[in-house]
Amino acid sequence: MTNWERFVDSFFNARVAAEYFPKIVEGFWLTIVLAACIIVTGLAAGLGLAVIRAFGLRVVNLLIIFVVDLFRALPPLVIIALLYFGLPAAGLSMDGFVCAWIALAAVLMAFSEEIFWAGITAVPKGQWEAARSTGLGFLQTLGYVVLPQALRMTIPPLTNRTIAITKGTALASVVAVPDILGAANAGVSFSFNPTPLTMGAAAYLVLFLPVVIFGRWVETRFAWKR
Amino acid sequence: MAIVEATGIHKHFGALHVLKGVDLVVQEKELVFVIGPSGSGKSTLLRCLNRLEEPSGGAIIVDGVDMLSPRTDINKARQRIGMVFQSFNLYPHMTALGNVTLALRKVLGLPKAEAEKRGQAALDRVHLADRAGHFPGQLSGGQQQRVAIARAIALEPRVMLFDEPTSALDPELVGGVLEAMRELRQDGMTMVVVSHEMAFARAAADRVVFMADGAIVEQGTPDEVFGNPQHERTKAFIGQIGRH
Repeated sequence: MTNWERFVDSFFNARVAAEYFPKIVEGFWLTIVLAACIIVTGLAAGLGLAVIRAFGLRVVNLLIIFVVDLFRALPPLVIIALLYFGLPAAGLSMDGFVCAWIALAAVLMAFSEEIFWAGITAVPKGQWEAARSTGLGFLQTLGYVVLPQALRMTIPPLTNRTIAITKGTALASVVAVPDILGAANAGVSFSFNPTPLTMGAAAYLVLFLPVVIFGRWVETRFAWKR
Repeated sequence: MAIVEATGIHKHFGALHVLKGVDLVVQEKELVFVIGPSGSGKSTLLRCLNRLEEPSGGAIIVDGVDMLSPRTDINKARQRIGMVFQSFNLYPHMTALGNVTLALRKVLGLPKAEAEKRGQAALDRVHLADRAGHFPGQLSGGQQQRVAIARAIALEPRVMLFDEPTSALDPELVGGVLEAMRELRQDGMTMVVVSHEMAFARAAADRVVFMADGAIVEQGTPDEVFGNPQHERTKAFIGQIGRH
């Protein structure tokens, strides 16, 4: 066997590929479900916190800033490990999927809150004043006037951050979730051949390359024009 | 009948005392012009009238409503007070008609068709009926300011506050805005105008109020204030304006 043949046999082994393809596909769907859960809950929570922060209640805002900084500072894997390996000691055990979901959603919440907040504060004060002067209330002004403008500004950074954090779904494989990486790792263990990892990498590309390209498009599409 | 009765208005910004007990009464259908050097507190006074700025002390009654009472629904009270800003402050993500109808729909609770009918009528009053579908970015500054006027008058306010409405405009665009204001005036709108448009003040104002250092120095008809100012501060200010 030449080195080249050994390389092809290791990473592009057709027999192993065929055997573990269904597992990788299952992992692919699981990754999509996990990513969707993280994006929906993480962004909703982040937007919710930013809206609460807009009320300007000092104590509440300090609490929000504390929580946000906490989850921005902690490595996601550490949060996942704490939930998965730490909580059972306190008598509460969750499966790996839920741990990864909560951990990554919390991280996305933290980063997206900061982005939403930056968007809200970037809307000129005159917009608030004009709306309030016509009798619109605080929440009406926020909902109809400020947030539509803020969201438009936040879409490019938000897309990038969401992609970065959603890729963290691979961390779920550490806590026995059979996502793409989890399925690929299992395949490697059973087949003694790294080909499943090659397939896993390909699966991530299939999943995220369109998202990255979409992000690039969004960035140009929503560049703020006045 | 007095529409606006502000008495003893004080405003502090930290250590800065910007309004030092200002009294201002505006009668129905009166056009009051407030002039004065920058930093004299005239814009702050205007913004206190609809409580965009919270006065530190004093009393403000607008159309019989105590603006400073905690029992007053400030959003309801503000419907009767239209305001036009120096920087237009149109909502950039909405069309001209959308700008005008937002409060009609969300504050007055009018159905969409009814709101749009009133919105169109308001745009028509500032001669921009044909621009209803345009976004602010597609309009000139003068047109934007007229949309802002339409947005305010659509709510049929009892008084209109103008905060330097032409200061951000190129000179050739000022005329259209002043024309819209002149027409409002002819329709009997009560107006308080902070502005440096002295020719307009001479032609249209019932009363000119000169402010300096957070207080009203003197007031009277345009002829009195511009033609025969009593105080040194007023004379100096009028003299400076006249040289321009």
